Amino acid sequence: MRAKWRIPLLRLLILAIGVGVLEVLCALDIIDRLTMQPPHQIFLDFIHLMASGAINQAILHTLKNVVIACAMALIVGITFASIVHLIPPLREVLDLVFSTWYAVPILAFYPLLIVVFGLGDLPPIVIGFLQGVVAVIVSMLDGLDRVPRVLRKLSRVQKMNRLETALLITLPAAAPWVLTGAKLAIMFSIIGVVASEFLMAREGLGYELSYAYNNFDNARMYPIIVLVIVFSVLVNSLLFRWEAHLLRQRGLRS
Amino acid sequence: MDLGRLKNKQQKETFLAPLVSLRQVKKVFPPVRGGNPVHALGPIDLDLRAGEFFAVVGPSGCGKSTLFELIAGLAPATEGTIAFEGKPIAGNVPDGIGVVFQEDSCLPWRTVRANIELGLRKSRLPAAERDAKVGKVLELMNLTEFASHYPAQLSGGMRQRVCIARTLVMEPRLILLDEPFAALDQQTRLLMGEEVLRLWRAIGATVFLITHALDEAAMLSDRIAVMSARPGHILEIVETGWPRERDSRILEDDRFGPTAAHLWRLLRNETLRAADAR
Repeated sequence: MRAKWRIPLLRLLILAIGVGVLEVLCALDIIDRLTMQPPHQIFLDFIHLMASGAINQAILHTLKNVVIACAMALIVGITFASIVHLIPPLREVLDLVFSTWYAVPILAFYPLLIVVFGLGDLPPIVIGFLQGVVAVIVSMLDGLDRVPRVLRKLSRVQKMNRLETALLITLPAAAPWVLTGAKLAIMFSIIGVVASEFLMAREGLGYELSYAYNNFDNARMYPIIVLVIVFSVLVNSLLFRWEAHLLRQRGLRS
Repeated sequence: MDLGRLKNKQQKETFLAPLVSLRQVKKVFPPVRGGNPVHALGPIDLDLRAGEFFAVVGPSGCGKSTLFELIAGLAPATEGTIAFEGKPIAGNVPDGIGVVFQEDSCLPWRTVRANIELGLRKSRLPAAERDAKVGKVLELMNLTEFASHYPAQLSGGMRQRVCIARTLVMEPRLILLDEPFAALDQQTRLLMGEEVLRLWRAIGATVFLITHALDEAAMLSDRIAVMSARPGHILEIVETGWPRERDSRILEDDRFGPTAAHLWRLLRNETLRAADAR
């Protein structure tokens, strides 16, 4: 077997074993049907739910919120990190904030956000943004630290202004690290948005999940969970491939 | 050039004027964390003639790279004046100066062609003319078949050729080379040296080379400045007297050994002094 396929096949095998174990546990009634449907039933429910289009609106709604939260996290994170990188004392002050950010349960601020922004789309978007932005800032700072000094000198030799230096030198040089931040930002944004919708929203996949959970509607709840997992894994895989391509292009990975 | 063909006194003076002149140039770095200021360089007086190949050798830490950065306009002098074509260099890289660094400064996310094109982004040339110019430099540097490669796909020597090509495409009148072959093995260094000599003859620019390697300086240069240990100043400027048409076979010349030996004689004590200071 070619080495290229060995790892993906191994991953599939582990997944298949996990699913198989669940299938057996459900068949033996060790896991009862009220707790969880057997995996094959979840798969059939998933196909049925997607074919019916019943949650299309919710998917679009959540996707829109995730995209907005993520875009904000990337734009604000990259810009803010670029400024902080230029002011070392500010960075020293903020380092503690960045390192402890994820120790704070941001979802706990959700009631406050509802008071400030109301029950619309803004609270989930803000939660998604707050979850993702620091990952982008920390990765971007790491990337900027790694831009070789000689490339900064090159920008002076090439008579680049600050904008040109950022666009032609520092941002592309930091790109692999920014991508690492982007991967985390997307994951955190999905978690933030779906969890916020789950708690109090009236639309979106999180709301659909909460509704199905409260009504013991396993035929709807598990397919939605599967959908969120599949979406997250797909997006993460695509970004991982892109990151690997960038690193290979730069001779940083074989 | 026949000076008799220059019509008036002003033209003759312009031709004879040094391309770069340094007068009483000194560099002192300010104290760091309560330490003392570091007198790194100078005072230095030096003239570079148009079209010559000039090298600087000296012990580690003598201020060679500082001198390089001052002439490149990457750092300001603490005292004295530096002029390029009669105009003072004041901490900015002047037009007409091309710089090649010791470290690999290829942009790894751009192809060889795109790296070279970087130097032309402000030229406002029509696309066809720009392509032709890049094509010519690619050919000059024997990089044509690697135009669409990324730097990571090239050897260290070829990446350094890309950096030189990116400088050449800007048609500089002065090329500054800061130990550009330091990371290469000896054979590749000799061949790269030959290439630089070929380019120097082809484009007619002045070359200012910083190097640790005495044989490299002796092989490539018309004149070699030998620097003292820190604070670096010029001990002597050695004229090699080589013909313009030369390559690495100059190593076989009877005068090569004595030239390199003379450089070492000048440098030996300074190198010991620099080592003691460390």
